[in-house]
Amino acid sequence: MKHLLLAATLSLTASAAFACETVTVGDLSVEHGWSKVTIGAGRPGVFYVSISNAGATDDALVGISTPAAGMPMLHETVLKDGVASMPHAMSIPVLAGQSVQLSPGGYHGMLMGLTAALKEGDSFPVTLSFEKAGEVTVNVEVLSVRAEGPDCADAEQ
Amino acid sequence: MAFMLGLGAYRTSNGPVLNADLPLSMSEMSWQLTDHRKRAVRSADWIGRSTMVFFGFTWCPDVCPTTLSDISGWLEELGPDADRLNIALISVDPDRDTPDVLAEYVANFDPRIAGLTGTPSQIAQAAEDFRVSYRKVPRDGDDYTMDHTAGVFLFYPDGRFASIIDFHEDRRFAVPKIRRALS
Repeated sequence: MKHLLLAATLSLTASAAFACETVTVGDLSVEHGWSKVTIGAGRPGVFYVSISNAGATDDALVGISTPAAGMPMLHETVLKDGVASMPHAMSIPVLAGQSVQLSPGGYHGMLMGLTAALKEGDSFPVTLSFEKAGEVTVNVEVLSVRAEGPDCADAEQ
Repeated sequence: MAFMLGLGAYRTSNGPVLNADLPLSMSEMSWQLTDHRKRAVRSADWIGRSTMVFFGFTWCPDVCPTTLSDISGWLEELGPDADRLNIALISVDPDRDTPDVLAEYVANFDPRIAGLTGTPSQIAQAAEDFRVSYRKVPRDGDDYTMDHTAGVFLFYPDGRFASIIDFHEDRRFAVPKIRRALS
């Protein structure tokens, strides 16, 4: 009985805090994977995450894949003379000893061809492919369209 | 004839447009658009209240929702003063952003934010009046995205241009700018 209760408690906290889990691959830590509600499945979704590299070797995020979208891509929001554009990012550097954020207004994953609209509270896996460290999968939590990021106790920004 | 041309150039360089990159005064604008409730809105309708406006499109995954979230946060911070503002998103993507599409979209943010769209030529006129640039960028297949000016424009109640809140500008600077435009 005690175990059952414990299991129930764990699954509740886990579902409320997917974005706060940290997964590691080699020297890389990946956490705070989150996305925003979409209006319908026709508009692209977005994917944000934090990556840190504790190693002595530079690495790079070179791609993402997810069952939630047919064509996920890495993009960067660039402002030039006040005009925002969103070029495809072939590779996002994750330099040795440093961290990089995919966050609103900067690098982000763009999830085109969503299989279903993203609803608040949903979660879905995203697999990140790194040039050297290989692949790692994180659970992404869908937050409200007004969210600025997951509410994690260890959020450093 | 040469004299006339010379006079024209003189008038242009010393005329009322001091900086060709800044939006016109609302009273010098001539756009007409349709809001998300399908009502016609003209530039002259916005004179008499302060105005906060930006250009975007509802298929935009990053910049536009971020700007709308920022604006919603600023409005909360302004409190009741925010009721004295005209606030609008003007779409640069009239092919996809119909009034109905805009209505569904703006419903996700502060209810004081209106969505405006129009025919491609109406949008072009609004962009010219605000000195905004935008461009359709094709993607794979028949998909496309839009590059567009990302700042938030502020106007005084008499329609004069007040200032721009740049994308990424800190809230500490944004809210005082809005308060100045309200005064």
